Amino acid sequence: MEALFALTLGILTASGVYLLLRARTFPVVMGLTLISYAVNLFLLAMGRLSTGIPAIIGQSQSYTDPLPQALVLTAIVIGFAMTAFVVVLALRSVGETKTDHVDGQERRP
Amino acid sequence: MNHALILPILLPMFSGCLLLLGGRLLAINGQRTLSLLATLALLPLAGVLVAQAATGPLQVYALGNWVAPFGIVLVLDRLSALLLLVTALLALFALLYAVRGDDQRGASFHALFQFQLMGINGAFLTGDLFNLFVFFEILLIASYALLAHGGGAERVRAGLHYVVLNLVGSSLFLIALGLLYGIAGTLNMADLARAVAEAGPQQAPLLGAAGLLLLVVFGLKAAMLPLYFWLPRAYASACAPVAALFAIMTKVGVYAILRVFILIYGERAGLLTQLAQEWLWPLALLTLVLGVLGALAACSLSRLLAYLVVVSVGTLLAGVALDTPQALSATLYYLLHSTWIAGGMFLLSDMIARQRGGKGVRLEAGPALLQPQLLGGLFFLGAIGIVGLPPFSGFLGKLMLLRAVPPGMDGAWLWALVLLGSLGSLVALSRAGSVLFWRAGRITLGSAERDGGRLFAAVGLLALSPLLVLFAQPVTGYLDATVLQLKDVEDYQTLILHGGGQ
Repeated sequence: MEALFALTLGILTASGVYLLLRARTFPVVMGLTLISYAVNLFLLAMGRLSTGIPAIIGQSQSYTDPLPQALVLTAIVIGFAMTAFVVVLALRSVGETKTDHVDGQERRP
Repeated sequence: MNHALILPILLPMFSGCLLLLGGRLLAINGQRTLSLLATLALLPLAGVLVAQAATGPLQVYALGNWVAPFGIVLVLDRLSALLLLVTALLALFALLYAVRGDDQRGASFHALFQFQLMGINGAFLTGDLFNLFVFFEILLIASYALLAHGGGAERVRAGLHYVVLNLVGSSLFLIALGLLYGIAGTLNMADLARAVAEAGPQQAPLLGAAGLLLLVVFGLKAAMLPLYFWLPRAYASACAPVAALFAIMTKVGVYAILRVFILIYGERAGLLTQLAQEWLWPLALLTLVLGVLGALAACSLSRLLAYLVVVSVGTLLAGVALDTPQALSATLYYLLHSTWIAGGMFLLSDMIARQRGGKGVRLEAGPALLQPQLLGGLFFLGAIGIVGLPPFSGFLGKLMLLRAVPPGMDGAWLWALVLLGSLGSLVALSRAGSVLFWRAGRITLGSAERDGGRLFAAVGLLALSPLLVLFAQPVTGYLDATVLQLKDVEDYQTLILHGGGQ
């Protein structure tokens, strides 16, 4: 499971970074979203991967660490708000500058 | 438990919420009064906290009465108390400037201003790294909206870069936090310091990677060399009171670097001792050089001032990299000076722009100013202060920093670059001043504004510089003790991990 998890994180991050380096606002926002997904999964994995074990002491032989889950919850909420804000800002940028280039102007030939 | 510790966070939070909810009901004067009262109240509060921190040991406030390292704690030491005071003073004058009309150029200015203060105060007080992340996000999202306050294509353009860069920074912050938690199993700063000090050769490389990732994140906030390109455009396009308040934002990054790389990766960090210092030193000096070059090439006054903020960050980080008690004390003195005077100069540049009509802050020959003697005189004094010529506080700060460096190659580089940097800034500012005040036409514009309230706010901030000189002895006494406390990692750990929560 660790290998699959690592591979998923790697692909998500690589795609995110690639999209982040694009010159249009929509791919950039998508890239940011993918990176934040990868980061959230990474945070979750830092509590060590385990299946079918409760996050409560005394219910079974071992227990999973609940703290990373709380951290991820916070990170998801913040990331969601930030993505919403950057989408609105990107729309505003298109409205103000009449282009979706991240610099607010088309590159001169 | 001393509940005064959490008030600098709660007060702006509740007033911000009230302003947001009552924004429709309260007239603009009501909003202004509420916002001003809330900001004014921070000043005596910060004063009391500084007095408490100066006399007693550091104080711990366990949120929800959960004891560290399991719960989140707020920590008040001399450094955080001092920075609360710096923020309160800067915010008060920025707000006094804003209530003269700038706050009506967009929606919810006062609520956002309060939330920004909440984030800044929280970042200074917290003793937990994840909590630091949360407060960073609070101050950032308020700053995104404040940066766009007033609207216009230029602000949206600068805002987009600023937001995207900081979102990437937040992702890196989370990765570093995940790594630290995965290896050390804690995010409390005092407990992390213990875990890092005990790390064996197996764990040290990953902990080191997390530490350097944190350096990148804080370097982005502080505008360190490869990461400062967002700053000039963002600061130059923000409206004046916002730009003045942003003068503290880079210092939040510097504060985080100080805290993390002295406490966690400091002198007692085992295999990771002095992790950041060797990176900081060249980067700080290069930041200084490029900041000066940018200031020399700037074509508008606000951009010139923004580059001077970069120069001050370079100087501060050089002091942090030296990491001796004298250098750190000088750095903190320079931090006080550079925050207030940069804020004052942003306000002053806006006052000048308001008397130049369409020319604004651009460094071109323009119409005659309505108050050339007054504004010119203030600009002259402010420029002397910000460059670091005697008799103002910039001179003292730089002198203390230069005296703190041991003789040798490091000293040679620092002396040469700081002094040449000052010369470059002086050239840039004298060129700007001569264009603005001497190459002016004969006719003043009908649209030129003069306003006593704005003048009061700008002069108030600039006047803090001579005050810093007058009270240099008590201030440096306080700062020396601050550095000793900051360096006393063991005391910090004992108080938080074993004696905290009373």
